[in-house]
Amino acid sequence: MSKTHVKMTVNGKPVEALAEPRTLLIHFLREELNLTGPHIGCDTSHCGACTVDIDGKSVKSCTVFVGQAQDSEIKTIEGIAHPDGTLHAVQEAFRQHHGLQCGFCTPGMITRAYRLLQENPNPSEEEIRHGISGNLCRCTGYQNIVKAIQVAAEELSVKEAAQ
Amino acid sequence: MIPGSFDYHRPNTIDEAVGLLASHAGDAFILAGGHSLIPMMKLRMATPEHLIDIQDISELTGISVNADHIEIGAAVTQAQLIASADLSTHCPILSETALQIADPQIRNVGTIGGNVANGDPGNDMPAIMQLLDAAFVLRGPDGTRNVSARTFYEAAYFTARDESEILTAIRIPTPPAGHGHSYQKQKRKIGDYATAAAGVIVTMHNGTCTSASIALTNLADTPLWAEAASNALVGTSLDATAIDAAVSAARAITDPASDGRGPKEYRTHLAGIMVKRAIQTAHARAA
Ligand SMILES: Cc1cc2nc3c(=O)[nH]c(=O)nc-3n(C[C@H](O)[C@H](O)[C@H](O)COP(=O)(O)OP(=O)(O)OC[C@H]3O[C@@H](n4cnc5c(N)ncnc54)[C@H](O)[C@@H]3O)c2cc1C
Ligand code: FES
Ligand code: FES
Repeated sequence: MSKTHVKMTVNGKPVEALAEPRTLLIHFLREELNLTGPHIGCDTSHCGACTVDIDGKSVKSCTVFVGQAQDSEIKTIEGIAHPDGTLHAVQEAFRQHHGLQCGFCTPGMITRAYRLLQENPNPSEEEIRHGISGNLCRCTGYQNIVKAIQVAAEELSVKEAAQ
Repeated sequence: MIPGSFDYHRPNTIDEAVGLLASHAGDAFILAGGHSLIPMMKLRMATPEHLIDIQDISELTGISVNADHIEIGAAVTQAQLIASADLSTHCPILSETALQIADPQIRNVGTIGGNVANGDPGNDMPAIMQLLDAAFVLRGPDGTRNVSARTFYEAAYFTARDESEILTAIRIPTPPAGHGHSYQKQKRKIGDYATAAAGVIVTMHNGTCTSASIALTNLADTPLWAEAASNALVGTSLDATAIDAAVSAARAITDPASDGRGPKEYRTHLAGIMVKRAIQTAHARAA
């Protein structure tokens, strides 16, 4: 069982490494690339804490082999803030509106919310709840997460209108 | 949970994939979205020595719809089914069902081919395929054959597919224009497999039901096409007596397990309720 040569772009940077085919993408990100933002919550594709973007789509990286992501573009929570370090509107809204308590679900939740707003910039409350239905939070009761996403959607549309 | 070791292959054509399956007979598995297979590999309930990833095989990705039939490539994802305007117009039960599978992340990668080839009685698409009288197109070293979805499922995780065959596409006779449809799925929480689920399509003409098809999910160790229940609706106005007859006929063929989703009696009871709601909703939507 030989190692395979893995090549992908992660948060805009090209990455190359040798990895065993059975390596899960979440382990590759956390252990090989030291990107420990995406978390391992359930390890069974239920909780969404490991959510990353693969080629512009939200995916649970605990259920993807590293080879499946060959030649793809990955975005993790580490790639969401602006290059100058200021927070993205979704991150800022979670901070301002108490969209987190312990913070364990937050990287996956924000990465998913970020993508949801790209897919549907003006979601209804119901669309937000369905859109984050693959992400579990044990603390907040979701109310403030939904509120934060609504605020971020407004912020982003105001910004877009101003441009 | 770390899966066992395997060699990873990523062919570009169906023929290459079939060649790999044949040369590693029994030790090689197709990897589509991986969202049934990888969890099984983590539990070491599946320990393939070779995985054949089909994501680069463009022949497996199309959706085509005409008046006579619908053809869906095996690697089409649940998200792509939901997004297809053609399918929403001509066969809306497919997107209605896909939307009730798992969650957005899983629907982005989970494929229709993986969902129907898997053989897990909890998968939602197999019953819909039986309902629509779909055929599964299988390609192996000796050529291509079609197997009816109504005869494909033998027992949990046992299907008519030979281990050297790949499912390439699904062919569905286009349902009549104006048909009514509904997939009713009772689950413990969003994203869960069904406690009990029923799909129904009906066609009405001047208030009389001229065709009907009913199928059930997770109520036995295979999906169930409820033929007698379907026949109980044809020629009626879908009045309460006809619905009761269909419900009894459907319940009679179920044999659900008693498990975390509830005892057998409860799930059988729910099966009847799902059938009734699905008939009523399909009727209301029929032209
Ligand atoms: C948390 C969670 C919740 C879920 N909830 C639901 C649900 O509510 N309803 C539901 O229906 N499903 C559910 N699923 C399963 C999900 O829809 C799977 O993605 C789907 O069942 C399998 O599709 P896949 O493309 O991921 O297949 P894979 O996991 O890649 O493959 C599944 C099996 O089919 C075989 N296979 C795949 N493609 C082919 C092919 N073209 N030819 C031959 N063999 C093939 C593989 O070898 C494997 O044995 C859930 C999964 C998870 C993780
Ligand atoms: S760790 Fe991947 S879904 Fe929970
Ligand atoms: S903030 Fe604790 S799990 Fe969501």
